[in-house]
Amino acid sequence: MKRWIPLILFLVLVGFFAKGLFLNPREVPSPFIGKSAPDFTLPVVGDANATFSPADMKGKVWVMNVWAPWCVSCRQEHGLLMALAQSQTTPIVGLNWKDKQREAEQLLAQQGSPYFAVPDDLSGKVGIDYGVTGTPETYVIDQAGIVRMKHVGPISPDIWKEKFEPKLKELGV
Amino acid sequence: MIPELGHFALIVALLLALTQAILPLIGAQRGNLTLMAVARPAAQGQFIFVVIAFICLAYSFLVNDFSVENVARNSFSQLPEVYRFTATWGSHEGSLLLWVVILAFWTTAVSVFSRHLPDDMVARVLGVMGLISVGFLAFLLTTSNPFDRLLPAAADGRDMNPLLQDWGMIIHPPMLYMGYVGFAVAFAFAIAALLSGRLDAAWARWSRPWTTVAWAFLTLGIALGSWWAYRELGWGGWWFWDPTENASFMPWIAGTALIHSLAVTEKRGAFKAWTVLLALVAFSLSLLGTFLVRSGVLSSVHAFATDPARGAFILGFLVLVIGGSLVLYAWRAPKMLSGGGFTWFSREALLLGNNVILLAALGAVLLGTLYPLLIDALGMGKISVGPPYFNAVFVPLMAPALFLMGIGPLARWKEASLPDMVSRLKWALAISVATGILLPLTLDGFKPWATFGFAMAMWILLTVLIGFRERLKNGARWSSLTRSFWGMQLAHFGMAVGVAGITVVANYQVERDVRMNIGDHTELAGYTFTFRGTTEHQGPNYRAARGTVEVSKNGKMLYMLHPEKRIYNASGMPMTEAAVRPVLFDDIYVALGEPLDEEAKTWAVRVFHKPFINWLWIGALFMVIGGFLAASDRRYRIAVKATAPTGAATQGA
Amino acid sequence: MSWKPVSWFLCLALALAPAAWAAEAQSIGADPVIEQRMIKLSEELRCLVCQNESLAGSHAELAEDLREEIRVQMKAGKDDKEVINYLTTRYGDFVLYRPPFKPLTLLLWFGPALFLALGAGIWYFTLNKRRNLKETPIDEKQLAAAAHLLEDNK
Repeated sequence: MKRWIPLILFLVLVGFFAKGLFLNPREVPSPFIGKSAPDFTLPVVGDANATFSPADMKGKVWVMNVWAPWCVSCRQEHGLLMALAQSQTTPIVGLNWKDKQREAEQLLAQQGSPYFAVPDDLSGKVGIDYGVTGTPETYVIDQAGIVRMKHVGPISPDIWKEKFEPKLKELGV
Repeated sequence: MIPELGHFALIVALLLALTQAILPLIGAQRGNLTLMAVARPAAQGQFIFVVIAFICLAYSFLVNDFSVENVARNSFSQLPEVYRFTATWGSHEGSLLLWVVILAFWTTAVSVFSRHLPDDMVARVLGVMGLISVGFLAFLLTTSNPFDRLLPAAADGRDMNPLLQDWGMIIHPPMLYMGYVGFAVAFAFAIAALLSGRLDAAWARWSRPWTTVAWAFLTLGIALGSWWAYRELGWGGWWFWDPTENASFMPWIAGTALIHSLAVTEKRGAFKAWTVLLALVAFSLSLLGTFLVRSGVLSSVHAFATDPARGAFILGFLVLVIGGSLVLYAWRAPKMLSGGGFTWFSREALLLGNNVILLAALGAVLLGTLYPLLIDALGMGKISVGPPYFNAVFVPLMAPALFLMGIGPLARWKEASLPDMVSRLKWALAISVATGILLPLTLDGFKPWATFGFAMAMWILLTVLIGFRERLKNGARWSSLTRSFWGMQLAHFGMAVGVAGITVVANYQVERDVRMNIGDHTELAGYTFTFRGTTEHQGPNYRAARGTVEVSKNGKMLYMLHPEKRIYNASGMPMTEAAVRPVLFDDIYVALGEPLDEEAKTWAVRVFHKPFINWLWIGALFMVIGGFLAASDRRYRIAVKATAPTGAATQGA
Repeated sequence: MSWKPVSWFLCLALALAPAAWAAEAQSIGADPVIEQRMIKLSEELRCLVCQNESLAGSHAELAEDLREEIRVQMKAGKDDKEVINYLTTRYGDFVLYRPPFKPLTLLLWFGPALFLALGAGIWYFTLNKRRNLKETPIDEKQLAAAAHLLEDNK
């Protein structure tokens, strides 16, 4: 009977491997889901006197898109974000992450801005506070300021339809 | 034309492999000599054709044929010739082709050095190896064809990863594969024994040299990989417990357990079922490693391809080969206890202890490597398991094994005397303990791990010397010592050297991370490092900022080091080329970080002092030599030279 | 009025001048003690943008930012545990190379000891069996026949 133990152990492992083929070992879930969005106050790109803070958005469901002018993948989703800014009511806030070359203002002027506001996270500290590891990353935050969803990578029309829309609907948008 | 020729050669090789696999296995089952005789020529033919395929691919790389997709993805016109050649195995497809070539090489070697074996055994061994070749060739041809064309051809290639542009690339993969793939021979012998029902001490004697040679190559391959990573990666480390590293280390642990278990089976006929299982496990771990680094289920610096589709194919292959072999084991492994009895203090018991400890260590490494996947697959989140875990569990586990290494070779078979052993070893024990305690105190103060490491290293060294002394007692001559004995002693001695090296470097290495302006100096471990700035330097396929660091001691200039920060032309990838000064007793290691100002006059520089680190690899080298020596022992060479007139008589038995 | 002290002073000044330019290199982190602590801690942390590298060894920009953040925290008086907590709050347990000791990782941390215990049990059990193994009884007739054969073949 114990001669079968090696085979049984092996088959159990195979089960895990098969499941593993469908998983992505580099995809890290956000520990903020269900928790309060970390607070911050940052200057805004394009307006020397204004600042932005998540508290400003209390009472509304909103989306925070972490992007950067130097980020190539962000260009991929720019078109979609522009269309979304027109077609739906959820405000998209664009957190300008580590823009050392100060290119955001010019880029948005040239290509158009889908953003409700563009807080300027030059040092990247706010990014760290949100667990950002790269761009683009997008958060959905509800009326009470709780993080409800995080998406890593550019948003495609399919992803918006399958991931974001249901979530926004769930939150009463 | 040439790539198509290579592709065609692979197809022919697959057909030959099918022939090699199917006909001899049927022949062995039925006692049909004609079918069995197909094995050798089919195997040798397959080897010729995979070599042709390999030459075709290498040729494509050497002549910069960018119409071949593999060449376009992995090479570059400015790449130095030698690296263009090594790029042949620098990709997923190419390295699989190397796998297949080396498997065919081992198969051919077995076909040549097996005249003394019964025909049905040879047929089965070559047949099983043929089955494995079929799997890999099919995988190559269906999902990973290295000869796929890229039309229109690229103007130039995307360049080889700069980390691979080191001469470690020339030698590490082939040696590693010689080991890894070489365990297929032990695997095939095990399957052959299970199929024929003849599992005896003779089987162990035939199997052992093949296993030992594969093990020696694997030791060499792993040591080279570690040495290369140390020199190349610029963080001063030599082992990271990365999944790919573990993928090669696990077969090594199993292989070590196997060569020790084979000793018992060969000498005393005991542990037959266990040894067979170990032979299956060792190669299964090689296959598992192949799966892990190519399927994307684990995150690794070293992963070739993260392609779930290919991963699925390999997993299927694993289920067939490993699953099939384990079914065969469950069904056909000997159920009765084999061999004679032995007491709790005997060489058999100590070797069993060796196996228990090694298998526990293997389990720990496997558990740590797979745990993140297990947790993720169960939907319970994402965690990381890294060096702190492995170091914390592996070192304490190996401790008793190191201790037993001193006693085992000196113990008698069947029944040894503990009081006798104590009296022989009491001085060695005392000296080892004293060394362990006193040495750290003279250096830097009490350090428990240093004590432990030094004590073990001294223990193994002394017991090796005692082994020699006892054998040479009573006027025995040096020439009476067998190569087997020499091999064992050298390998264990190598272990002692390696343990000493690891102990010193882990406990006494120092590093410093400084910002250096031209003319600045810093001190470390009695050496003074003076930064003399950088110069622009043009390599064949890169631009570099070449630093000059003067190393001096007590005011006397010793030598200059030239760490570099390179940017490769094709990919724009930056790379740190550390400057290492290897000496027997300590390495000086300097790496350039980032330039800290606009004109690159000030740099972040990391300086390391790595005492005794080379003992690690020197120790490994002794183990490799010991392995080869043991495998060339007289009793194996005589066996090979003997003709096999009884081949026909034993078939069907 | 002697020129000697003046010239002596000038020589001294000239001799010291190069030393004034070329200094003892400064550690990257301003405080070497904090630096050591930071390196030790970040060796056990994962670089989140790399495939599999430690936070200490990685050259990635995010890694440098995080190392700087750790320095800042340590200077502010936080101990190692608090710094780890800071990072896991933001990045989850994934950032730790030393898996935390919690119910999820019990099997991981106890596993090796369990394997060893299991192995020790098998060792003991096997030895028991082997010790009691009776020698196969030698058949006198077979022994005589064997001796005969050996004689014949001499």
